Amino acid sequence: MLDKEGIAKRIAKEVKNNTYVNLGIGIPTLVANYLHEGINVCFQSENGLLGVGPFPKEYAVDPDTINAGKQTITALPGASSFDSAMSFGMIHSKKIDLTILGAMEVSENGDIANWKIPGKMVKGMGGAMDLVASAKHIIVAMQHVNKAGESKLLAKCDLPLTGKNCVKRIVTELAVIDIAPEGGFVLIERAPGVSIEQIKNATAGKLLISGDIPEMAL
Amino acid sequence: MIYKLITDAAAAVADITDGSTLMLGGFGLCGIPENCIQAILEKGTTNLTCISNNAGVDDFGIGLLLQQKRVKKMISSYVGENEEFERQLLSGELEVELIPQGTLAFRCMAAGYGMPAIFTPAGVGTEVAVGKESRIFDGKEYLLETAFNADFAIVKAWKGDTDGNLIFKSTARNFNPLMAMAGKITIAEVEELVEPGILDPDQIHTPGIYVHRIFEGKNYEKRIEKRTTSK
Repeated sequence: MLDKEGIAKRIAKEVKNNTYVNLGIGIPTLVANYLHEGINVCFQSENGLLGVGPFPKEYAVDPDTINAGKQTITALPGASSFDSAMSFGMIHSKKIDLTILGAMEVSENGDIANWKIPGKMVKGMGGAMDLVASAKHIIVAMQHVNKAGESKLLAKCDLPLTGKNCVKRIVTELAVIDIAPEGGFVLIERAPGVSIEQIKNATAGKLLISGDIPEMAL
Repeated sequence: MIYKLITDAAAAVADITDGSTLMLGGFGLCGIPENCIQAILEKGTTNLTCISNNAGVDDFGIGLLLQQKRVKKMISSYVGENEEFERQLLSGELEVELIPQGTLAFRCMAAGYGMPAIFTPAGVGTEVAVGKESRIFDGKEYLLETAFNADFAIVKAWKGDTDGNLIFKSTARNFNPLMAMAGKITIAEVEELVEPGILDPDQIHTPGIYVHRIFEGKNYEKRIEKRTTSK
């Protein structure tokens, strides 16, 4: 079973060379720490920066330079800043190659819910509805089950949707799973030490298993 | 050129009446018009509709107006970690229209460019789409979203001149230039105000024609929501 860092490490393997990538808040942000050597990536932050660098040293903190999670960041050499319309312009015109974000629920046809629990919690969608509507490739980073122990991989989402038919791949502490074009969760890899049985038990939606399922290499 | 200088924040917001619709620039606490928010707070204006990506935090930014129940309606994309905002939303005390961040930006942009509406795929198939007109282009569905219509746009820039030209800094730019173009009356507060001719015309983000009132703000706190550093 993977911890959050492990999920980030596994997703880092999905990031291709010379691509523009948008990272959501939480586990996705950690992916930047595990990029493989020789992989050149430009990170976009939808509040208006292309070329996001590491967190600043204490002396270099600039309140005017933050990421979409409101953390202070740095801008790398070659970075550019822009207004919010241009930022979502580059998202909707499909200039961003990969979007990695968290989710509360994903359904077997690739629907995603991550912004609201009616009557209980409202975070707002922020840029997530834009990102999932137009991303070329979407990977969801999340826990397989919620805090109540219920599966987050469902036949149909119960929570209000963020987007429909958009998720391509899910990486959890238990498995790597793809969304089949005709619907269903295709088991691709098992996390180290995790059995197919465990993954089956944690998946409420239709799990498709064919042949040997390899263990993840991290 | 046309002179836009006004003495201070109090004078700039003096004619904002109860029930007005305001656009307020900023993302989180980054690039928010601190001086104008304080002046509106002190003036006692109430029953406001605020269009802003966030509502500040509990004790800073628009959060200060929420605390004092001056806001009738918020149009935002993110509630986030603002507990008072979330509480007022869930209890129904505050009317809230949550919309995708890109839609918020494009509705500002449309207003600034004189376009009545835009089409966006954000929110298709979600509750955001309920009651909205949609259209298929090249096999993909898009929602019709209308331009905002705000009485005042209140923005914060890094530098500006007395003709109203503005330059923003880094990610403090965010919604500010879009809202500046969209207000019927646009008020700009700047960290540094200079005479015309000092700013390079090629570096101006917002031409002065969009700005009706400009002043140099005082005592910027520029509070950081999540100070995150590396060793």
